[in-house]
Amino acid sequence: MIEQHLPLLVPITYLFSALVIPLVGLAGRRYAYPVALIASLLATFAAARGLSVALREGAMRYAFGGWAPPIGIEFVLDPLSSCMSVLLTGLTSLVLIHARRPVESEVSGKEIPFYSVTMLLMTGLTGIVLTGDLFNLFVFLEISSLAGYAIIAVGEKPAPVAAFRYLILGTIGATMYLIGLAFLYMLTGSLNMADLASIIPQLPLTPPLVVSFAMMVVGVGLKMALFPMHGWLPDAYTYAPSTSSALLAPLGTKVAAYVLLRVMFFVFQPSFGRDMLPVGDVLTYLAAGGILFGSILAIAQKELKRMLAFSSVSQIAYIALGIGFGSQLALTGAVLHIVNHAFMKAALFLVVGNMRLVVGHSRIDQFDDSLRRLMPWSMAAFTIAALSMVGIPPLAGFFSKWYLVLASIERSAWGIVAIILLTSLLSAVYFFRVLERVYLRPLQAIGGSGFESLARKEVTMSMLVPTLTLSGALFILGVFNTTIVTKVIHAMLPPAL
Amino acid sequence: MLPLLAVMASLAAVPLILLSSRFPNLRETWTISAAVLKFAFVCALVPGALANKSAVISLIDLSPGVSLAFKADPLGVFFATIASGLWIFTSFYSIGYVRGLQEEKQTRYFASFAVCLSATIGIAFSANLLTFLLFYEILTVATYPLVIHKETPIAISAGRKYLAYTLTAGVVLIAATAWTYHVAGRLDFRPGGLLAGSNLGSGEARLLFLLFLAGVGVKAGIMPLHSWLPTAMAAPTPVSALLHAVAVVKSGVFGVIRVVGFVFGPELMHRHGFDSVVMVLAAATIILASLLALTQDNLKRRLAYSTVGHLSYIVLGAALLSPSGFTGGIYHIATHATMKITLFFCAGAIYVQHHKENIGDLNGIAREMPWTMGAFTVGALGLAGIPPINGFFSKWYLGIGALEANEFVALLVFLLSGLLNAAYFFPIVYRAYFRTSEHNNNGHGEASPLMVVPLVCTAILSVVFGLAPNLFFGFFDLAMSITQSVLSGGRI
Amino acid sequence: MIEFIQGYYAYWAIVILMLIGLYGMLLKRNLVKKLIGMTVLQSSVILLFVASGTKWNGTVPILDVGRSVDDPALYINPLPHTLMLTAIVVGVATLGVAFALLISVYRRYQTLDEKTLLKQMQ
Repeated sequence: MIEQHLPLLVPITYLFSALVIPLVGLAGRRYAYPVALIASLLATFAAARGLSVALREGAMRYAFGGWAPPIGIEFVLDPLSSCMSVLLTGLTSLVLIHARRPVESEVSGKEIPFYSVTMLLMTGLTGIVLTGDLFNLFVFLEISSLAGYAIIAVGEKPAPVAAFRYLILGTIGATMYLIGLAFLYMLTGSLNMADLASIIPQLPLTPPLVVSFAMMVVGVGLKMALFPMHGWLPDAYTYAPSTSSALLAPLGTKVAAYVLLRVMFFVFQPSFGRDMLPVGDVLTYLAAGGILFGSILAIAQKELKRMLAFSSVSQIAYIALGIGFGSQLALTGAVLHIVNHAFMKAALFLVVGNMRLVVGHSRIDQFDDSLRRLMPWSMAAFTIAALSMVGIPPLAGFFSKWYLVLASIERSAWGIVAIILLTSLLSAVYFFRVLERVYLRPLQAIGGSGFESLARKEVTMSMLVPTLTLSGALFILGVFNTTIVTKVIHAMLPPAL
Repeated sequence: MLPLLAVMASLAAVPLILLSSRFPNLRETWTISAAVLKFAFVCALVPGALANKSAVISLIDLSPGVSLAFKADPLGVFFATIASGLWIFTSFYSIGYVRGLQEEKQTRYFASFAVCLSATIGIAFSANLLTFLLFYEILTVATYPLVIHKETPIAISAGRKYLAYTLTAGVVLIAATAWTYHVAGRLDFRPGGLLAGSNLGSGEARLLFLLFLAGVGVKAGIMPLHSWLPTAMAAPTPVSALLHAVAVVKSGVFGVIRVVGFVFGPELMHRHGFDSVVMVLAAATIILASLLALTQDNLKRRLAYSTVGHLSYIVLGAALLSPSGFTGGIYHIATHATMKITLFFCAGAIYVQHHKENIGDLNGIAREMPWTMGAFTVGALGLAGIPPINGFFSKWYLGIGALEANEFVALLVFLLSGLLNAAYFFPIVYRAYFRTSEHNNNGHGEASPLMVVPLVCTAILSVVFGLAPNLFFGFFDLAMSITQSVLSGGRI
Repeated sequence: MIEFIQGYYAYWAIVILMLIGLYGMLLKRNLVKKLIGMTVLQSSVILLFVASGTKWNGTVPILDVGRSVDDPALYINPLPHTLMLTAIVVGVATLGVAFALLISVYRRYQTLDEKTLLKQMQ
């Protein structure tokens, strides 16, 4: 009975809880958190169920109001979207388990709107992933963006300015996407993805079609902070509350990457952006620039969150690189990196949250070995995630890079191979800069003495368990990457590459 | 199953070591038992390897078509036996050393050591390049805490240099591995070369070989990629002894042999003239490192440069691609290991007991430490190639190999380097025995038995293997069978 | 050429609007003026959709006994209009959030000038 409503279940759960939270909030602020957590766990369960169904029985479609597509709107639960929704819901659950204490301390007094808007954000993100309609996707994109602006703006003092700049650029991105959609609709008269996929190959290559494709790619590129359109990202992630950055950094841009993947390979045929237009090549060059640029700027940062933000610019570009190449190996690498990077960045941002709660700041130049004394477990989690970012096997980060390197070699793109490998070293530089301070720099505060007298002040279990789970998952994602690739990722790639 | 057990034995000890950090004796028990257990597992693989029946175990796939697989082939067993066998001695010695110096963070030290050994055995038993790469990178990371162990500014900057060299080598190796996979479609090592018979253009082959050489050459200390090794002497002496004379650097050399014999294979090496490239590099390294060793006053740095030179003996032997040369090169892995570890043990014992690091201060030390300096003399004589110590034996085969390959220059290099070895070791021995110290050293005497017994044992081992190369493990037969498989695999 | 300009005059107007909007969003220093630019840009896209659905002599798609139901040329395509209803709602919501942000910015910095703001943020 409930099985046939599976595609709908995930966003609906979030949406419902977004409405319920203010209501139960009337009875007391403390009820907001459990409702959000329970909703998220339920959504995770539904998403996992959806993935197993989608992998077993293929795509599952849900037509709203009984209107058959292409007239009505449909939700589609295919392997790609169900895998993304599992990633989204699962990570959100972990971040929410972690969230209670940081939210209490960083956005105290605003818990009810914060959790409610967070649920709205997840409604938007999961909606983007599950919808089978391009205009519907735009609406969900804006829902998630608006919610994103809000949960960024409640952060530190400059946060509203950062959120506003994000809003301006994000709206330009969404409008670009909408213009592209207008042209596509004028040409085809359809908005349904599956329907479009059957119409577009028959269309001649006319300027409107090219414009619509380019506009959509640029618009989504802005949303996913593809270099050089990343200007909004560093400030937004730096000044947002820890929980918001831990949600947005791993998930927000990844969903935009998903849209790019969907538009380029499922709505348009894969050869469109690759052979007919040089969009894939342009994307590759931009990505190569972004990979280098993000890493170099990450080295220059003094604030850990900001460093991670620039590292995100670089890591997103890896995904764009895979999408740009558009081969089986490259897309495998891109999708695997979406998953791996989400786990790594979530773990890293959670550790920053722990740090801010325990020592009250995350400025790299003030790190010293009191940190490992105070919070040994958090720092261990940070180390594992950092090593994974650098690309040390058998951690997850190595394997997505491995597939991308293979894909670049397959295309004889030696420059790209060099850039990917050079960036591994650059990320080693910026992570070891932090690790060296945390593990080897003698305590600065009281003239170097007093290290032994420091008592352990590790965060509570509710925060520690998600952090360690995420970094522990990096081992599993790494060691079992082939299983994930052959069982899941190959099922979700477009059939005709 | 045995190869996997051998790899896991020390890894399983890591959590136990970490958990028993408050009870040093219990903690050290874990280390020792892991070392003994590991050695036992490796020894159990020796008969199979001698009979040319390699134990193979393939776990899950690391990448579609490439699995995390272990194969105890003769070369792997050979290297694993040495590394795990000497770990037992080093464990005892380490306990004496860190307790003698009252080092801090001993738990981290022993835990990292155990991880390093797992990685080394993993490298030895890797059945394919990706597994090799995986353990190679783990070894890089696991050695870092040992290099910076003292946490002094010198140690930290040595750590940075170490990471800069080895991580760069790691990514270069990733590129080489990925490219090989693209060209050959598989990554499993096979005697005679997995690339043999592939249609690789000569320019591409050259670049690929250079990538491999840079990737494994850093750990093998081939000049100009060697300079991390003398710097890494900032690490505690047992680390220098086992890792920077046996495990880490030999992993690099082992990698060179894998690349020469099992990835490219003799035929490709000859066809593209790679053997000459490697020979020139190795010969230059041998001579230059020996000359540089002459100029070092710090004992450990002199030993480090000597290590750089001797590693290139092995590389040169492998590059000769003649039966005796290849055998001699491989056998030199074992002989250099026992001799150099003895020398490092001695340097550490002197440091712990007398706090002396420089050769100029060693006057008359033999009177204080007769056993230590006796062992030192054995090691030094062996490295200079004096019979009956095992160094003579491997050098003899290397020399014959040079003649077989008609490379008279290589023979000259071996002979000249033997003289240079003598030139940089005998002053130390001379000072220790025949000069008297201006300061009165009395009262310090020998280091604790935990340190002296292992170093005497390794010195005895050096002599025993010089007299009977096939004793216990049939090292020499193993080396021969490796050579045969590689060289005949090339002709098929 | 004249025909090309004449034939698409509605679209030319839309393009000009679009450029005005982008100019406002990207180059104006005052944050409220950026928002005005944003509204102009969004309106231009709404007009683009609406213009695409319009046709000469077409009428609202409501069943009219005086007109033939068989001829779609007589009716305007209603879908772009309904889509734009949603887009307008999205636009209004964005504007609302943006104003809320601006109020918060003004409370914290007492200015809405971008240059001064960036200076104060450092």
